[in-house]
Amino acid sequence: MSAHSTDHAAPAILAEVKPVVIPRRELVEHGRDFHWITEKVCGIVEGPTPLWWWICFSIAGIVASFTVAGLTYLVSTGVGVWGHANPVNWAWDIVNFVFWIGIGHAGTLISAILCLLRQKWRTSINRASEAMTIFAVVCAAIFPVFHVGRIWFAVMPGYLFPFPNSNAIWQNFRSPLEWDVFAVSTYGTVSVLFWYVGLIPDLGTLRDRFTASGKLLKARIYGFFAMGWRGSNRQWSNYEMAYLILAGIATPLVLSVHTIVSFDFAVSLIPGWHTTIFPPYFVAGAIFSGFGMVMTLMLPLRGIYRLEDLITQYHIDCMCKITLATGTMVGYAYSMEFFIAWYGANPYEGFAFINRAFGHYAWAYWIMIGCNVITPQFFWFKAVRENTTLVWVLSIFVNVGMWFERFVIIVTSLARDFLPSSWGYYSPSIVEIFTFFGTFGVFSFLFLLFIRFVPIMPMSEVKAVIPAADPHGSSKH
Amino acid sequence: MNKTYGLIAAFDTTPDLYHACEKVRDAGYSQWDALTPFPVHGLDAAMGVRRSKVPRFSLAGGITGFCTGMGFIAWLGLVEYPLVVGGKPAFSPMFAFPVSYELTILFTAFATIGGMFFLNRLPMHYHPVLKAPQFVRAMDDRFYIVIEANDPKFNAAETRALLARAGGKDIAELEE
Repeated sequence: MSAHSTDHAAPAILAEVKPVVIPRRELVEHGRDFHWITEKVCGIVEGPTPLWWWICFSIAGIVASFTVAGLTYLVSTGVGVWGHANPVNWAWDIVNFVFWIGIGHAGTLISAILCLLRQKWRTSINRASEAMTIFAVVCAAIFPVFHVGRIWFAVMPGYLFPFPNSNAIWQNFRSPLEWDVFAVSTYGTVSVLFWYVGLIPDLGTLRDRFTASGKLLKARIYGFFAMGWRGSNRQWSNYEMAYLILAGIATPLVLSVHTIVSFDFAVSLIPGWHTTIFPPYFVAGAIFSGFGMVMTLMLPLRGIYRLEDLITQYHIDCMCKITLATGTMVGYAYSMEFFIAWYGANPYEGFAFINRAFGHYAWAYWIMIGCNVITPQFFWFKAVRENTTLVWVLSIFVNVGMWFERFVIIVTSLARDFLPSSWGYYSPSIVEIFTFFGTFGVFSFLFLLFIRFVPIMPMSEVKAVIPAADPHGSSKH
Repeated sequence: MNKTYGLIAAFDTTPDLYHACEKVRDAGYSQWDALTPFPVHGLDAAMGVRRSKVPRFSLAGGITGFCTGMGFIAWLGLVEYPLVVGGKPAFSPMFAFPVSYELTILFTAFATIGGMFFLNRLPMHYHPVLKAPQFVRAMDDRFYIVIEANDPKFNAAETRALLARAGGKDIAELEE
């Protein structure tokens, strides 16, 4: 005891702990105030239509017409115009469906999961991401509806929705394909509702600005959709509760949708599909691809409309890091699939994976690995994350890679199933290629309409995260 | 001259509004509201607004959705169209779960939004405050308190004095 000299040594326990104060990154830079945010976001809708918008809109319309033409040809002729043939009876239609549905997932992740996790940086990107979700679901829905050829059976009593057809035959509710109908239609509906609820206060702002500037027709149209919103706190109280509950239910929804999409494969017996890793692996992949698309869309938008104070470097960092995390999860899933194929000692399963990496579709497999596993690793480096052009290019690679992931999973497994006598090689027909290519036009067409007519950022939410919004007069929580 | 709907007072910052709301609450008014361009954190307590009743609608919607899914698939398998596939039971909550789960979420979403509209009395395209010329700023960057004339404690002179004491600016009458 006497060895302890309390006179000179530092005390073992500090009387008071003073944690280091590290200031948080500002979510809206340059100390912009409420009015600046209103002017910036409303200005995009209120200003004249820029020339680049017309150019992009025309190109998107022309590209979208490929889908219209392809689908018209399909419906008038038959599904034989696509390249499907035994044994590959599911190909680009379901690849494209899963691809587009996956892209939608980032929007709901940003709007719901990050809302529950109180990630305030979500505010400036959530509106556009939710719009992206809705338009991606529209593009996805094209394929299951049209792959039946005679679409009137898909929509009317028939294949998809539970009405008995004329022979009183009902759907099989044991089938994941029927679960998928409910998952995707619920997802589309709830995404639209969530997006619309978020829009109401901003539509109110636009209504009043158009009224004040004397544009009464526009004021009436926006006012109709604003439902008479007046921003009263008694309304906000119910509104915020509703928004929180929607976020709370959209979170299990977004996780369930791609889980059920993965059941389309995992519940079957095909080697390479019949695995329990599919649900988490598909969800991680969906979020990965969705963030790829969010960056592909938001970075040009940020540059064109000079939104650097609202979508800051901090936002880009966060998105890059989520892409890195989910991309690494996807890479882990790829390696774990291989490991289980070997460890499970099922010769068909083992063959399916060797065939993926080294068979006839090896080119697709290595594109997938390159884009999905290698590309996101660049986001470890700050210099990469701060180079907006490079981030944008890498986000394109993510989109490409995730399309190839679905192609590899679906086509390689079917082309080489149990019986070598039925093996085949699938190539898409020109109709399929154009139909898929055209969906990018459909998506861009809708997204361009969105950025022209709808406030691209939730003004009320962005205003709520700046320091001046704090009623206790301090930004230091 | 139309009937008076109430008095409106403006505030420039959220702390001003917050403290003014506390004063109006403590003065015992009940028919009044704050207009803000975004939800102000903690203002419910400052105004004495009770917790929202929206979750009750959500719960009812969720239960309805789940029962609809389970009930429909049970009816289909057991009554309407018993189809044996792979020797599996005609109905089991296991395979009915994914669809019931999705319907739970779907019905909850509709009930939540419907409940929010119902509790907020929306759509209401006519409201006296929407007509006020200063209202455009309430959706932009300014904060307002409106005290209605039909509040039992409302008295044009006293209420105006209260709002002025609370720091309200540009106090004006709103017409019905």
